[in-house]
Amino acid sequence: MKRLIVIRTRALFKVFAILVPLLFSGYAVGGATSQHSANAPQSVVGDPAGEVVHGAEAVPEEEKAGDVIMHHILDNNVISFDPFGEIHLPKIPPIGGVDISITKHVVMLWVVSAMLLVIFSVVGSKYKKMTARQAPSGLVNAMEALVEFIRVDVAKANIGTGYEKYLTYLLTVFFFILLCNLLGLVPYGSTATGNVNVTLTLATFTFFLTQSAALKAHGIKGYLAHLTGGTHPALWIIMIPIEFIGLFTKPVALTIRLFANMTAGHIVILSLIFISFILKSYIVAVVMSVPFSIFIYLLELFVAFLQAFIFTMLSALFIGLASAHEGHDEHEAGVSSH
Amino acid sequence: MLTSGAILLAGSLLSPNPGLIFWTAITFVIVLLILKKIAWGPIITALEEREKGIQSSIDRAHKAKDEAESILRKNKEVLAKADAEADKIIREGKEYADKLRADITGKAQEESKKMIASALNAIEQEKQRALDVLRNEVADLAVMGAEKIIKTALDADMQKKIVNSMIQDLSTKRN
Repeated sequence: MKRLIVIRTRALFKVFAILVPLLFSGYAVGGATSQHSANAPQSVVGDPAGEVVHGAEAVPEEEKAGDVIMHHILDNNVISFDPFGEIHLPKIPPIGGVDISITKHVVMLWVVSAMLLVIFSVVGSKYKKMTARQAPSGLVNAMEALVEFIRVDVAKANIGTGYEKYLTYLLTVFFFILLCNLLGLVPYGSTATGNVNVTLTLATFTFFLTQSAALKAHGIKGYLAHLTGGTHPALWIIMIPIEFIGLFTKPVALTIRLFANMTAGHIVILSLIFISFILKSYIVAVVMSVPFSIFIYLLELFVAFLQAFIFTMLSALFIGLASAHEGHDEHEAGVSSH
Repeated sequence: MLTSGAILLAGSLLSPNPGLIFWTAITFVIVLLILKKIAWGPIITALEEREKGIQSSIDRAHKAKDEAESILRKNKEVLAKADAEADKIIREGKEYADKLRADITGKAQEESKKMIASALNAIEQEKQRALDVLRNEVADLAVMGAEKIIKTALDADMQKKIVNSMIQDLSTKRN
């Protein structure tokens, strides 16, 4: 019995640990609406005057919620630690007409990079010391499981022979995206992979790797022949533009998939929380906002892994398809199935 | 509804930001290069080494098993050969022993036959000699008897006849 209580309290603590960051994210709006929250229960009771007031206030309230959500999702040069304050990032004068000042997402990228470097310098140094007969343990073991998964089930399975060349890229991109996704779920963190510019850059790397793999595998002549789709010259005027566009759909799909998935989850979580602020009801908060946002949060944890895996998997698949020596039909089938 | 509308209308979700692209590219490439040096290289090498190690261990185990089996087979062969050899030796020994026994028995029988024959010969000779001796003795006795008879009743003619007939008798009897 005593043990059960302990377990229950632990479960409660876990729920609070998940709740607190969510509550803090909405703190700005919560603070803004606090003066209204006093008369909110009255409006629920059915006072017609209160209802009118509430209705009048609803529009700016909702706009404010939208602003807060967008502020949370979008990139800017302020890292806010509500309610403790915020850090304004320094502006760098534009070089060659391009504004390269550091933003919130750049900082997140750097945090991710730093964490990756720390984790893998530890793991790597363990491996340098380890002989073939020793078994890994702890963090090294956990990382080995992921690395081995990417190596065997993603790279080897999709690229086949010569997969070692692309392993470095695939491993880096997997862990980079995974950590970016996960850091977006940490309090005060933001999702760098929820920014279309970041995902576009990563997808561009995949694009270049794919094209270089195709060029290496088929040569320039084969690469150009590939663009004609292996059809009759009369059809080239149609086929070449289609194939040319087809080259770019794959990285664009990668870009949009990752960015939209990461952004959508955050918007859903924040919207669920804001419902309770907009409706000014504790009942809505307890019954709907909190449980649903917890559910979406847990789902987001899964999606963080899933999207990192999908990006890596599809990169490997595209590289594999580009460097495959099989006929054109197989290539077409592979593309149409995705 | 208005919230989602505001998000859609904001449009800045898809707005390009060259600075961020630049920083992403730089950061990612640097991280990739450093991780390649410090992590992926050693990890992949270690994994491949371990894979190879496991494979070679399995191979070694298989080889050892094959070797053990071949040794066992060889041992069995040797054992079988040794058994056959032993059988052969025993058989040969038995045959030799049989032959030897037969030889010895044959020789012994021959010897005994020879001995019996020589014994019979000796007996015959002894008998001959005894007969000769007996004959001499009889002759002497006869002479002595004759002497006595002669001494007692000397009838010369008649006795001469008697003696002659006796001698004749003796000689015919001998023959």
